[in-house]
Amino acid sequence: MCLAIPGKVKKISNDHTAEIEIGGIVKKANLDLIPQVAVGDYVLLHAGFAIEVIDQEEALEILRAWEGK
Amino acid sequence: MRYIEEYRNKEIARKILEQIKCISQKEINLMEVCGTHTVAIFRNGIKEILPPHINLISGPGCPVCVTPLRYIDEIIALSREDNFIITTFGDMMKVPGSTSTLEREKARGAEVRIVYSTLDALKIASDNPSKKVVFMGVGFETTSPTIAWAILKAEEEKIKNFLVLSAAKIMPPAMKQILESEEVHIDGFICPGHVSAIIGSYPYNFIPSQYGIPCVISGFEPLDILQSIFRLVKQIEKKEAKVEIQYKRVVKPEGNRIALEKINKVFTLVDAEWRGIGKIPLSGLEIREEYASFNARKLNVPVEETREIEGCRCGEVLRGVITPPECRLFKNICTPENPQGACMVSSEGTCAAYYQYGRKR
Repeated sequence: MCLAIPGKVKKISNDHTAEIEIGGIVKKANLDLIPQVAVGDYVLLHAGFAIEVIDQEEALEILRAWEGK
Repeated sequence: MRYIEEYRNKEIARKILEQIKCISQKEINLMEVCGTHTVAIFRNGIKEILPPHINLISGPGCPVCVTPLRYIDEIIALSREDNFIITTFGDMMKVPGSTSTLEREKARGAEVRIVYSTLDALKIASDNPSKKVVFMGVGFETTSPTIAWAILKAEEEKIKNFLVLSAAKIMPPAMKQILESEEVHIDGFICPGHVSAIIGSYPYNFIPSQYGIPCVISGFEPLDILQSIFRLVKQIEKKEAKVEIQYKRVVKPEGNRIALEKINKVFTLVDAEWRGIGKIPLSGLEIREEYASFNARKLNVPVEETREIEGCRCGEVLRGVITPPECRLFKNICTPENPQGACMVSSEGTCAAYYQYGRKR
């Protein structure tokens, strides 16, 4: 039930909702839990809400650490 | 898909696995608390590739599974009232109550609608002002901000026919209970990634400090889980115990402040019943008195007497004491089509995962 899926913010509307692209499909999501989000950010989507912004630096860091080994 | 594919890289998986094999010496039990982790572990065959002395145990982190019979009976009682619409996430439909399920009640004519989000439930309420629309508030900290949001929105927009029957729960007290009971020996916790996106890492600090047990907050892709196991094994071998965040791309130590504020505004902590585990102190979220008009429990609809399901061992499965094949009902009369216990209902339930992926370990 705690499933959440990463998607890219395509468009933000005035009513704190956004269009989020997930693997080619566009879903609407509420942004009230992460108001600091911008178009182009990747967010985690859970039950119609974006619950967190994905930190792109941290995302790469963890892979880089292993690629060199 | 970005942030998914790259965490399924076989070459890196192999490297992490080699490292795990290099440093891990002793027999250890690691508990993955979250049901979404349980499914990811089975789906990716992680139990099979680990060295045999690293044992993964599934914990109580499937909200559908730990929802008590009494709660299902309460919602069924509400569904039998005139002019009520029950709205719920789909996985609650088949969860057995004492004598019925929501699915059976729907077949008998109750108005039960499956929703994807509290946003949909609120819309149903505003479209049906003459009916009381009850949302089944089931979930852990990942979901509870969205329930709190709906209650705050209903208040703001004066949608007075929207109600919530809360069975929302928080995770850390259940982990404490498992450690206190000493029924199962645990050397490390794989902590839930999306619960932690909301609560952060601090609420787990008591686990290393009071019990000396390492915790790693993990993402859900194979590389995330393998890395988390690697870090746990490393802590155990070094005789360290701390809370680490592997899922740093999502989880901050302080969590999501806005989501936490919404939870705290609407809910208050209460003792809560967990199916198969019993009452856990201050582990449930009940709607505060200020929002009592949105609390379906305040309607005081009479509820039938609770009757336990005979032979079902979900409780022991949820506490990590037995694996599903040790239950007499498993695969026998308890299947995903005809589940006897809640752990077989949810696709994230341990019994359903064992059934679906048929592993022996």
